[in-house]
Amino acid sequence: QEAAKYEKKVMVLDFVTPTPLGNSWGLGGTCVNVGCIPKKLMHQAALLGQALQDSRKFGWEFAEEVKHNWMTMTESVQNYIGSLNWGYRVALREKKVTYENAYGEFVGPHTVKATNKRGVEKLYTAERFLIATGERPRYLGIPGDKEYCISSDDLFSLPYCPGKTLVVGASYVALECAGFLAGLGLDVTVMVRSILLRGFDQDMANKIGEYMEEHGINFIREFVPIKVEQIEEGTPGRLKVTAKSTKGNQIIEGEYNTVLLAIGRDACTRNIGLDKVGVMINEKTGKIPVNDEEQTNVPYIYAVGDILQDKLELTPVAIQAGRLLVRRLYGDATSKCDYVNVPTTVFTPLEYGACGYSEEAAVEKFGEENIEVYHSYFWPLEWTVPSRDNNKCYAKIICNIQDNERVIGFHVLGPNAGEVTQGFAAAIKCGMTKEQLSSTIGIHPVCAEV
Amino acid sequence: GKYEYDLVVIGGGSGGLACAKEAAQFGRKVAVLDYVEPSQRGTKWGLGGTCVNVGCIPKKLMHQAALLGSALKDAQHYGWNIAQPVHHTWSVMAQAVQNYVKSLNWGHRVQLQDKKVKYFNMKGSFSDPHTIRGLTKAGKETIVTAENIVIATGGRPKYPTHIAGALEYGITSDDLFWLKESPGKTNRSFTVFCILPSGLNLLSCSFPLVKSALYLPNTPNREKVVCCDKHFFAYCDYCSLRSAMDFCKLWEQSIVMDYAHQNQLKTLVLASSKKAPDTKTLNLETVGVKTNSETGKIIVDASEATSVPHIYAVGDITEGRPELTPTAIAAGKLLAQRLFGQSSELMDYDNVPTTVFTPLEYGCVGLSEDAAVQCYGSDNIEVYHAYYKPLEFTVAERDATQCYMKMVCLREREQRILGLHFIGPNAGEVIQGFALGIK
Repeated sequence: QEAAKYEKKVMVLDFVTPTPLGNSWGLGGTCVNVGCIPKKLMHQAALLGQALQDSRKFGWEFAEEVKHNWMTMTESVQNYIGSLNWGYRVALREKKVTYENAYGEFVGPHTVKATNKRGVEKLYTAERFLIATGERPRYLGIPGDKEYCISSDDLFSLPYCPGKTLVVGASYVALECAGFLAGLGLDVTVMVRSILLRGFDQDMANKIGEYMEEHGINFIREFVPIKVEQIEEGTPGRLKVTAKSTKGNQIIEGEYNTVLLAIGRDACTRNIGLDKVGVMINEKTGKIPVNDEEQTNVPYIYAVGDILQDKLELTPVAIQAGRLLVRRLYGDATSKCDYVNVPTTVFTPLEYGACGYSEEAAVEKFGEENIEVYHSYFWPLEWTVPSRDNNKCYAKIICNIQDNERVIGFHVLGPNAGEVTQGFAAAIKCGMTKEQLSSTIGIHPVCAEV
Repeated sequence: GKYEYDLVVIGGGSGGLACAKEAAQFGRKVAVLDYVEPSQRGTKWGLGGTCVNVGCIPKKLMHQAALLGSALKDAQHYGWNIAQPVHHTWSVMAQAVQNYVKSLNWGHRVQLQDKKVKYFNMKGSFSDPHTIRGLTKAGKETIVTAENIVIATGGRPKYPTHIAGALEYGITSDDLFWLKESPGKTNRSFTVFCILPSGLNLLSCSFPLVKSALYLPNTPNREKVVCCDKHFFAYCDYCSLRSAMDFCKLWEQSIVMDYAHQNQLKTLVLASSKKAPDTKTLNLETVGVKTNSETGKIIVDASEATSVPHIYAVGDITEGRPELTPTAIAAGKLLAQRLFGQSSELMDYDNVPTTVFTPLEYGCVGLSEDAAVQCYGSDNIEVYHAYYKPLEFTVAERDATQCYMKMVCLREREQRILGLHFIGPNAGEVIQGFALGIK
């Protein structure tokens, strides 16, 4: 869309290879279809379930039994996604960007082959190319995984309630999904191989896990599934999962209606002909290394988004990188995407917003004696009347003593964590120090004032 | 020493308590006098001041109750099956809110005790520059002397006494949060009218728990009013709104009571923007503390000092300061640090963020567009703005036409941000971090 503004002749090839269970979706990518958007809406549905409970304490009265209808929610969510897909198509058309719903792969220098659903092939040439194919969920490689398990690619459009669910994985995808499924009233178990939220501040990750556990989500730690079998067909059916301990020979079995795999995502770079044009990828991870201008080793081929090596897998980062790249190529801009101090939020039942260094990373980079951590538990005012936990919401900032106690890490666990974090990310970019933080007046009464 | 106490604070609210507790940290002998003169309707409350008892805290909780009502509607779109009818019982909410407030009263008393601050539940007034006379409800008198005195008596709602019937029949925020029963039944024969020159906060309490109408005459904060009132109109029953406009014209002609009887008004809630500072009974003239003749507020300098060197004032009672709890707390603490802790840091009143907790919240920090234009000239200002739709509103099919934000900047070079304004859900959470960035 940005390139079209410079009156360049632009084409977008987008194609969704169906999931093992046959699921597919429209234009917009992971975020719109099977990521951020449906995730947040289902998280909101779960939060509203909690709000219903709270509201009784605030004087609202209605029938004791309140049930959730999965189909009503999923239909609404899918309708909204459909409107976004359509919106993107319209936007591309208006900006005169050619869109083809076809699978693109390189066949030679400056040339791609586009194959549509019906197998019809076309060739296109271009001066420059941008690879932004993203990733897809990884499977375990065990018997029954592709036949019987679902992934986040299937969950958000599942045409039946998943029922008793086993979530395999400890990524934010796993925890967010487990979180909202439980919030909708389902029996949820999370099977974790080792630690939660690898790469995130572990202190915060553990608090998130604790909260989830205290609120009815079962955790099976240090086990991995080795086999998934079907006991009974159905929507949902019944599945038997056999798992082995990572620490010994113990074997356990469990029965679930649905098994959701969320163990990681693999870059879509293996089957797009990169070898034909000489673009180097990391053989192990499939990711593409780029320089700080998002250029691959082939000068006319660029890449943005989840497929980049050593960069953050986030929608806003991909958007920014894409836009700035185009402005550098066709406009007079020189600014590069700043991948430092990017804020993010994990939408678990207790939300976690963060920006900057985790405590471990700060200690590693600066040394324990050179950092100071300030922290506080807090009790959101809205939680007082309904008697919700008064010792779970938590905030901490990590400061660099040697640099005027500059705030290098910001972490908050509580409601609306994303809204709280956003402004602080701007302040961190401005180089905020602890003293400035302390002397800024709080807005009362809100969580952010802590 | 010469005096009984190093510091006596008159007023146990946000500013007063913060100052007293901070002074006690330095090992000083501190006393706090707090007394609540009952409202016109006889309502009174415990230690903690306006914020805790009849301000921020109960306001936000009742606002939350109203938001939860919206959440109940949203929830149905997200698949939650809630059997109708759904109704709200004021007394359940009020009880829960009042219990929480009482726990805070108690918490403050315990804190004062822990920090060895002497607490007098007495009404204070000056006998001489270093002597305070405290009077209990029963009329018992106690005299205390102090080297330093901080006045933090805050303000109380002002009644429009020139309008017949207001005093006898109207209630204010002092009473609203302590009502045991609903201010108005939710059927067509009873309607609660809120007269709000700028007290927009109250609307979130009375709506949508009762049907209400509102009147928003021109105020200096024109933008707040314009952006919010369309939203209210969308919520309110239009026919009651019509009556409210008529009602208010009649109000100005002082024949409000006839109209009220005709329309079977049950409760009239008055929310004036002007608070009456509680300075009359302090006896300030005796000791020479100067007040603003128009507002009645105490005049202070940048170090919170009044015209009398050892007498200070913080909070809503001071002239020219924002009437906010966090600024009162910060000012109180810094004052104590300057008096007893070798600090020289003054309170910075610039760029204080705040939020109005209307049904669609409004958070802001810095200059309004009007103020920026006035200060720098419209040629030197650039305003960036956008409407947006919160994702959560999509499935819920809620109207997002008023979700809006704008950034008022200087036009030159780096375009420094002078003011940030945000209307939408969780406005306070959104603005807080940006306030830091602006600083």
